[in-house]
Amino acid sequence: MSKKQKNILIRIIAAGILLVIAALLPLEDKSPLRLAAFLVPYGIIGWDILWKAIRNIKNGQVFDENFLMAVATIGALAVKEYPEASAVMLFYQIGELFQSVAVGKSRKNIAALMDIRPDHANIEVDGKLEEADPEEIEQGQIIVVKPGERIPLDGVVTDGASTIDTSALTGESVPRTVKEGDSVISGCINQNGTLKVEVTKEYEDSTVSKILELVENSASKKAKAENFITKFAKYYTPAVVISALLLALIPPLVTDGNWAMWIHRALIFLVISCPCALVISVPLSFFGGIGGASKKGILIKGGNFLEVMANAEIIVFDKTGTLTKGVFEVNEIHPHVIEEDKLLELAAYAESYSDHPIAHSISSKYGKETDRSRISSNEEISGHGIKAVIDEHEICAGNSKLMDKMGVDIVPCDKTGTMVHISDNGQYAGHIVIADRIKETSQSAIKRLKARGVKQTVMLTGDSASAAEAAMKELGLDKAYSELLPADKVDKVEKLMEEKSPKGSLVFVGDGINDAPVLSRADVGIAMGSLGSDAAIEAADIVLMDDDPEKIALAMDISKRTLRIVYQNIIFALGVKFIVLLLGALGLANMWLAVFADVGVSVIAILNAMRAMKIKENSSDQN
Amino acid sequence: MKKVFKLIDLDCANCAAKMENAIKELPEVDDAVVSFMTQKMTIKTADDTDLDALMAKVVKICKKVEPDCEIVLK
Repeated sequence: MSKKQKNILIRIIAAGILLVIAALLPLEDKSPLRLAAFLVPYGIIGWDILWKAIRNIKNGQVFDENFLMAVATIGALAVKEYPEASAVMLFYQIGELFQSVAVGKSRKNIAALMDIRPDHANIEVDGKLEEADPEEIEQGQIIVVKPGERIPLDGVVTDGASTIDTSALTGESVPRTVKEGDSVISGCINQNGTLKVEVTKEYEDSTVSKILELVENSASKKAKAENFITKFAKYYTPAVVISALLLALIPPLVTDGNWAMWIHRALIFLVISCPCALVISVPLSFFGGIGGASKKGILIKGGNFLEVMANAEIIVFDKTGTLTKGVFEVNEIHPHVIEEDKLLELAAYAESYSDHPIAHSISSKYGKETDRSRISSNEEISGHGIKAVIDEHEICAGNSKLMDKMGVDIVPCDKTGTMVHISDNGQYAGHIVIADRIKETSQSAIKRLKARGVKQTVMLTGDSASAAEAAMKELGLDKAYSELLPADKVDKVEKLMEEKSPKGSLVFVGDGINDAPVLSRADVGIAMGSLGSDAAIEAADIVLMDDDPEKIALAMDISKRTLRIVYQNIIFALGVKFIVLLLGALGLANMWLAVFADVGVSVIAILNAMRAMKIKENSSDQN
Repeated sequence: MKKVFKLIDLDCANCAAKMENAIKELPEVDDAVVSFMTQKMTIKTADDTDLDALMAKVVKICKKVEPDCEIVLK
């Protein structure tokens, strides 16, 4: 508790005791002495409210909640309801205290979710380690990260090896091993070895500050529900106060009735006139949802995207880098007459001078150093492949056009991917199939999205129709469009936008590198953040830090859950307030109930809103 | 341009909403958000706006709604 809150607590206790004493004193009902006895606790607990009321009314703030509370309680004193006036003020302050403690706590909890800010960086000065402010470290400087410390800045490991815990950024609990030459990002925790890191980005450009900025700024992009509440708040208080006035004046004038009774009923209205429960709990829910999602490696740039995500109807995926790993790998080795190992060896030797990604994938599959003395000639035939002489054999490795040219008959293959055919002295030796691997989680991601009511899953790719078809079947997608240029992707997305229902939304998921126009065209653009790619973080509305497509389903769950909490709070708070207003007008409610409808409802709504930040994984899976 | 300011002692959520509505009505402000949760105020305005003059008005509005709340002007 802060000093301010402790102060209030002391006043609450003091006023509470004095209130009980005043109630127990054997004083005549409605006597001036009794008024004096109740005025003591009233003054102790309410002086600041009265003072603020006077100050704010001077500023022309008629609908200030302090002013309305002051009017309500002074009104109660005027109609000689002394215990009620003091007690209402007391309960109001108790409620306010609860509210401020709850808000402070949830602020702290959310801040803890995002506790990735490094507090220092170690630099070597004259052979000794010194702690420095991460903000003062420049690009190119070497920092030392000891075991257990948070990596303060993005950089490349120049010395040492260790495992690092990336869970604060990606939600991924399996640690990553890093060694010399690997890049590391700020915010991760170094677990067991000391690392020397050359800083590649200054603090303000580092991953940590980008993420923090993004999540903190998310509060400025408001969801529709939040805008509704702000607008509602603007009219709610004046409307309730005017109703109170009418209630105090009209019925007694018309019926020539009991003024004190109707004024008392009107005062109940004033107590309920603050829309606080909604104004606090709705943004808190969105903020909690966004904070909880960031803990799972899902960065959401605003509450509005939670609303759109919850209604996802069509999800469009880019293929390479999104559903697939975006790295070429040897998928199949089909030897014709020779051994599998021998075929791979020939291919690796033939491609050993090439810098093509396909050559890299073959050499990484081969895994051994090539002895270049065995290669006596090597010629790259552009668009076809390579002709080399290895151990006195003429080896050709390349596509079917090369085989045609060499007059070698190939054995066709039903696998999809890029084929590298190999011939040995004019004899067909077999082929290697190289393909982009589908991510392990892609298939279940699609399944989970469908279980959540997504009507269409579509894949867009620049690949050949056969490769697209194969991937579509394997993943269980509804549609695939192939051989697309980047500009065609925008057209396809625009066509799909017309197919969705008015309430549904279209989500585009891409790796964020060439998809910026599509990402911004869709209702929500989700980018694979590939651990800190700036372009992706910039262009998208939601960023998946660990590139895992399954997180899309989790993002939908979080969105739906957050919205459910928001609507629960709106309905609950408005419901209670309207019921108490109605009961008050009919004379069935007293001020105590009104105080509950005001601050009690606020506290309950805040507690409910705080649930938004707790994310349960797989909570609503139907498979 | 978009400017973000820290707020100190913004104790009431309804006041934040009131400030936001009032600041939005200033002619030079394109959009404004006062976040009770993050205790921050974001103001969007044209690039050629005299920021000091605008902020003087904003401070006045905030003082009127909630005299205890202070805007940290960087």
